Amino acid sequence: MYSSENIESKISKAALIQALQDFIAAESVLFDEEDLKPYECDGLSAYRAIPLIVVLPETIEQVQRVLTLCHENMIPVVARGAGTGLSGGALPHEQGVLLSLAKFKNILHIDPNRRIARVQPGVRNLAISQAVDQFGLYYAPDPSSQIACTIGGNVAENSGGVHCLKYGLTVHNIQQLKIITIDGELLTIGGSGLDSAGYDLLALMTGSEGMLGVIVEVTVKLLPKPERAQVLLAAFEDVVNAGEAVGNIIAAGIIPAGLEMMDRLAIQAAEDFVHAGYPLDAEAILLCELDGTNEEVSEHVSKVRGVLKQSGATEVRTAKDDAERLTFWAGRKAAFPAVGRLSPDYYCMDGTIPRKQLPQVLKAMADLSKEYELRVANVFHAGDGNLHPLILYDANIPGELERTEEFGGKILELCIKVGGTITGEHGVGMEKINQMCVQFNSLELQQFHAVKAAFDPLGLLNPGKAVPTLHRCAEFGAMHIHRGELPFPELERF
Amino acid sequence: MNTDISQQLQQQVVQAYEQVTALRIIGGNSKAFYGRADDRLLSAEILNVSGHRGVLSYEPTELVITARAGTPLAEIEKLLDDNGQMLAFEPPAFAESATIGGTIACNLSGPRRAYVGAARDFLLGCKIINGKGEIMSFGGEVMKNVAGYDVSRLMAGALGTLGVLLEVSLKVLPKTEMVKTQLFHCSSIEALNKIHNWSQTPLPISASSFHDSVLRIRLSGAAKSVQAARDTVGGESVDNAEQYWHQLKEHKLDFFATEKPLWRISLASDIETFTAENDSNFLYEWGGALRWLKTETPAEIIQQAAADVDGHAILFRHSEQQTCFQALSPGLLRIHKNLKQGFDPKNILNPGKLYPEL
Repeated sequence: MYSSENIESKISKAALIQALQDFIAAESVLFDEEDLKPYECDGLSAYRAIPLIVVLPETIEQVQRVLTLCHENMIPVVARGAGTGLSGGALPHEQGVLLSLAKFKNILHIDPNRRIARVQPGVRNLAISQAVDQFGLYYAPDPSSQIACTIGGNVAENSGGVHCLKYGLTVHNIQQLKIITIDGELLTIGGSGLDSAGYDLLALMTGSEGMLGVIVEVTVKLLPKPERAQVLLAAFEDVVNAGEAVGNIIAAGIIPAGLEMMDRLAIQAAEDFVHAGYPLDAEAILLCELDGTNEEVSEHVSKVRGVLKQSGATEVRTAKDDAERLTFWAGRKAAFPAVGRLSPDYYCMDGTIPRKQLPQVLKAMADLSKEYELRVANVFHAGDGNLHPLILYDANIPGELERTEEFGGKILELCIKVGGTITGEHGVGMEKINQMCVQFNSLELQQFHAVKAAFDPLGLLNPGKAVPTLHRCAEFGAMHIHRGELPFPELERF
Repeated sequence: MNTDISQQLQQQVVQAYEQVTALRIIGGNSKAFYGRADDRLLSAEILNVSGHRGVLSYEPTELVITARAGTPLAEIEKLLDDNGQMLAFEPPAFAESATIGGTIACNLSGPRRAYVGAARDFLLGCKIINGKGEIMSFGGEVMKNVAGYDVSRLMAGALGTLGVLLEVSLKVLPKTEMVKTQLFHCSSIEALNKIHNWSQTPLPISASSFHDSVLRIRLSGAAKSVQAARDTVGGESVDNAEQYWHQLKEHKLDFFATEKPLWRISLASDIETFTAENDSNFLYEWGGALRWLKTETPAEIIQQAAADVDGHAILFRHSEQQTCFQALSPGLLRIHKNLKQGFDPKNILNPGKLYPEL
């Protein structure tokens, strides 16, 4: 299990509580076991730890004072947004303060001319799009947890969604951050122009998993809502054909707003769950969303129809209205919980591969599925190569969790082998910390540690996450041979 | 041409590290004017990356190209063009010798930047040599990748001060079916108002400029979409406008034929401080978010005015360029120095090119 890095603090719990209560209301400093319990994990509930203290500051000055206090007394700090992350990035540190940004939930300013919104980190992703809807604008990145996840967490994880191929990830859609460093200094990164002076710290902060600073304000870029969006659903008798169809759409010069693939097991699960009208005899379906101006969408819909048919689709449907479009999407969006109904437990993977490797990777996964006697349902952001294989297992059957862990590890290694990555959008957190040793060599990991040290030389922010120590990799190397011993998480949602 | 000289380059960096010799990194030397002048650079040993060249992988349907840093930009653009694709950030070359490595190191983007993103937005991964002579890779060749810190994008615009680029992987996009340009005679205020109204609607605008009471808008996309947009925005249709946009990108318009210091000011698009009203020393791009200014006004005054509106000003050409880039806040400068220390502890890579302290 997760053993947090041992850090020797200079202050007792009681003294720390008192010091915090000096400037934060007593009800916003939590220290009783029962109050701390709700914070013991994030969306990756297999890893749990009770923090020493939870604080819920309300102002930037309070966050500065919390960090200054922790810095002076060698107290680890883990920042937390909505806690929906899937890689254990917000897992508390047992000797540390869990810093919740939940009270920072105001939209500070919307500027339709500049197409930006300045928001506090605890604002929910979807709430931004809802607030700017009146101006015909929206915030593009849409992780599946967008109803609950916060923008601060999105920045920390560089969250994606189903529209990344066309509209990019979080890093492409933010303009300015205000962060507090571990020694309590407020820094403004980025500016009001499209670029800013110096190094691209905005990119460095995005996806840094709470290791470099605490985000206290985010300026997001907004886009005009497309005039029209249209979805096509294509069925295939062969997964390979579906994969080729994706390449053929792009070869036709079209970048779809969303391009999702589901395999037979995922289709069946989704259909049983939400009755989206998916063809149950298909081996794979593609959902292709096209957006833009009216004229453009009409032109592209007819082009894509042609491409899909030429690529061997047995059936191509075009959603006849917005209601049907949403129904087509409903199945995909419910895929995770739908698969969850097929099996007591499932484990969600998050590798990305070069798209052309899809047939090979799917074949290898099918072989592994037989070898490990575990079913896999595949949900795939086909446009950008981000795979979410869901391994079905039952934790109550002795040995099955261990087999799942081993299987999952093989899938991640497969992703690296074909030129991909261990995480496309869920982050490393605690979950994939060992696989970082496979993807990066020791020089690269040391360089990451140098980046960390540039912001947080004492290593107090989110210790033990995101980038493994070389020592840990050496240990993992030994364990690597006996994979069955590896601790691996289960996932309960999405 | 396809040549791998990475070992040679690595040896030179290792040696410079051991002997603490400053290195001046050169690709095609097309943007040598850009960045600070610093005595350490004048006496530095040259590290020439231009011989390290060749496209390593490119499959159009993957929308990714990987090339060695010394590969000429023109060679890459030709290859993409032959396949109906492009570098969507429209990088300026400024000379035929420009390389893809220099393009990324400078993070300069052309007219389309405001509408699709900058060079850094299309950078997926890179291989570098750090200041200790260590070769490492970050990012990769896939669109979505959140493993580790985004060191690749950190290299974009770092002017080689954190590492020598060896290879870069870039996202590419299909070229658009139709491109049309519309022209309007109006004041700068009217121009910005028009742009702001349009930018809140889903029009296929791919470039904009304003100079001498003339606003130009480029529309790119599916043919029917562009035709419809032309009717929506109105104005005069301009034929063969591609040459105009090319000359704007390459600084070959008459506006740029000057010996006066040329400033590049980046700010919010609706700021009225740096206004082009009745002043032909201004040229706007990016819907007003980028303003070129020819002026002898002292750097402190220009940069203070830019800072006052939360923007920044770069002395782009024609000056001694000691104060080329906008000063950083003390807190940011500290982080910059720490990062420099972490990548280039002996300060041998392009010392002083970006800031005197780096």
